[in-house]
Amino acid sequence: MKRALTIAWLAFLVSVPLWLTNLYVLHVLIMTGIFIVAAMSLNLLLGYTGQLSLGHVAFFGIGAYASSLVSLGFSVHLLPGWEVGLEPKPVWLGMLIGTALAGLCGWAIGRISFKVRGAYFVIVTVSFAEVVRLVALNWVELTQGPMALNNIPYLRLGTPDLIEVAFLGKTPNYYLVVALAVVSYILIRRLVASRAGRAMIALRENEPLAASIGVDLTRYLVLATVVSAAIAGAAGTAYAHYVRIVDPDVFLFIYTVTMVIMVVTGGKGTLAGPVVGGCIFGLLPEVLRSFAIAPEVQWVIYGVLMVLVVYFLPEGIVPAVRGWWQRRQGVPAAATEPRTAAEAAP
Amino acid sequence: MDQLLQHALNALILGGIYALLGIGLTLIFGIMRVVNFAHGELYAFGAYMMYLWAMVLGTNFYLALPLAVAMGVGLGALIELVLLRRLRGADIDTTMLVMIGAWIALQNMEQLGWSGVAKSINAPFPSAPLVLGPVSVSWNRLFVFAVALALIAATYALINRTRMGKAMRATFQDRETAALMGVDIARVHTATFALGSGLAAAAGALLGPVFVVTPTMGDLASLKAFAIVILGGLGSIPGATLGGFILAFVEELGAGYVSSGYRDAMGFLLIIVILVLKPTGLFAQKERIG
Repeated sequence: MKRALTIAWLAFLVSVPLWLTNLYVLHVLIMTGIFIVAAMSLNLLLGYTGQLSLGHVAFFGIGAYASSLVSLGFSVHLLPGWEVGLEPKPVWLGMLIGTALAGLCGWAIGRISFKVRGAYFVIVTVSFAEVVRLVALNWVELTQGPMALNNIPYLRLGTPDLIEVAFLGKTPNYYLVVALAVVSYILIRRLVASRAGRAMIALRENEPLAASIGVDLTRYLVLATVVSAAIAGAAGTAYAHYVRIVDPDVFLFIYTVTMVIMVVTGGKGTLAGPVVGGCIFGLLPEVLRSFAIAPEVQWVIYGVLMVLVVYFLPEGIVPAVRGWWQRRQGVPAAATEPRTAAEAAP
Repeated sequence: MDQLLQHALNALILGGIYALLGIGLTLIFGIMRVVNFAHGELYAFGAYMMYLWAMVLGTNFYLALPLAVAMGVGLGALIELVLLRRLRGADIDTTMLVMIGAWIALQNMEQLGWSGVAKSINAPFPSAPLVLGPVSVSWNRLFVFAVALALIAATYALINRTRMGKAMRATFQDRETAALMGVDIARVHTATFALGSGLAAAAGALLGPVFVVTPTMGDLASLKAFAIVILGGLGSIPGATLGGFILAFVEELGAGYVSSGYRDAMGFLLIIVILVLKPTGLFAQKERIG
């Protein structure tokens, strides 16, 4: 039953470009998909380890910038008379480097901020994103600053002589994003079900207890941060080679907030949560726009929704619906999954 | 050398404002365990209220300032009563999400209400600066510094000398025990959030006439306040005071001698250095505040 549902769901996703003729809607779906991947990566941290990364957009943007720069080539003067440059490289290599670099940044941030718990990780990540944005804005020689990186090449796989797939236009990029989302989903699912995933959940539920039974807290927190940052970076590389223009606005804080809202509304600590939340908040701006609502009003609505969700749906939509369904089926409450929301602090 | 002195003077004046921001944030964190992401919005709110009273309604400048601060205190109390009171005892992430929601909503309401165009506030000070040997300082900034110092001193007095301050310190030490001893925790929380918000609003109302007022001015203020508070140790008032001045000096010297484009990145670098060298901050005192 469950397997049939998965296959049906995948078949539906694959079939979309075949019957959807409106290219704008397809574009919205691609962007929503990219955001869903980013939200899934955030969920690994926020939902499974309980650490809120408020600079997630930095990893996304680092992936986008690194991948673009590797595929475009660059040359910068680090010190007077010392020039570092790179010839344009294939796009697939850029995407790998972008993903790896984002993961590396995640490792550094994790190493530094998990020395101390609590609010520190949040504050370090939020400041990190701001600094990366300032670098993207000010290091004009490398990033073109506010003039943005233009004409970013699109992804090509294969060789020109035999078979070559060019990821130019909407339909191929749609499939690329779907593939990325599926791979990320499977990766996160396997990680969460593994020994490392159980350690993460243990330390989310009760950190001193987890430490007392020998869970190496910092190690698993850093591991989660690295994987999460790398997936966000991969989403950024897909974004860069689809939109083909990257400017410092990719680092805007509001995108991090969008990811957080997606995860929290959908249900943090559930695999389906970010997908459900991502669909809602990826498509909601388009619905609001059709009512001719100004972007500021949209953000006010987001802010208010965030507060309302915390009050009335603290576990998010997916756990709430699951609980309702199980009660309907007559499953006793004890058989449901453990609460995802951390217990109230003493 | 003259340039260095001028930078130092600028930093000292900026430091007063940073200290106000940091003290407000650290009080709220220390006593309520709330990471107040709306702190910068209270700062922006103070600046807009200053604009409202001084420029739109034409109130006297010196009267507009306390009015703006009072409205900041009012908004802070309102936020605590409406949003945070029900969440007392909730975990830190929950309140943080609520404050992020409040931040986004407040900021965009400001954008809607005042439009994105920067507003400037006229101050009744002579435009010629005060020249002190090799350095000079505008009268407006001098006024800002004096008021900021007075407010810092008043906050210390409030925490250390009054009955409410004693209740705050007791709550900081141990919320349950304080409650058992008859401290009205709910009142302490409202007072703390109102006080912290008032200090942020005062910082905004003071700096509004020096710079310009924009809807997004609060974002950087929040980030800097966080840097200051980490620098001094979460929950430490002397730490936040000193942290404010340290951040101002680092920023001013960094902007002057390294690169002005990265001025706002200095706080982050400072956070990294602190977390690597002394993760609990310079003045982490878990036992007491004040």
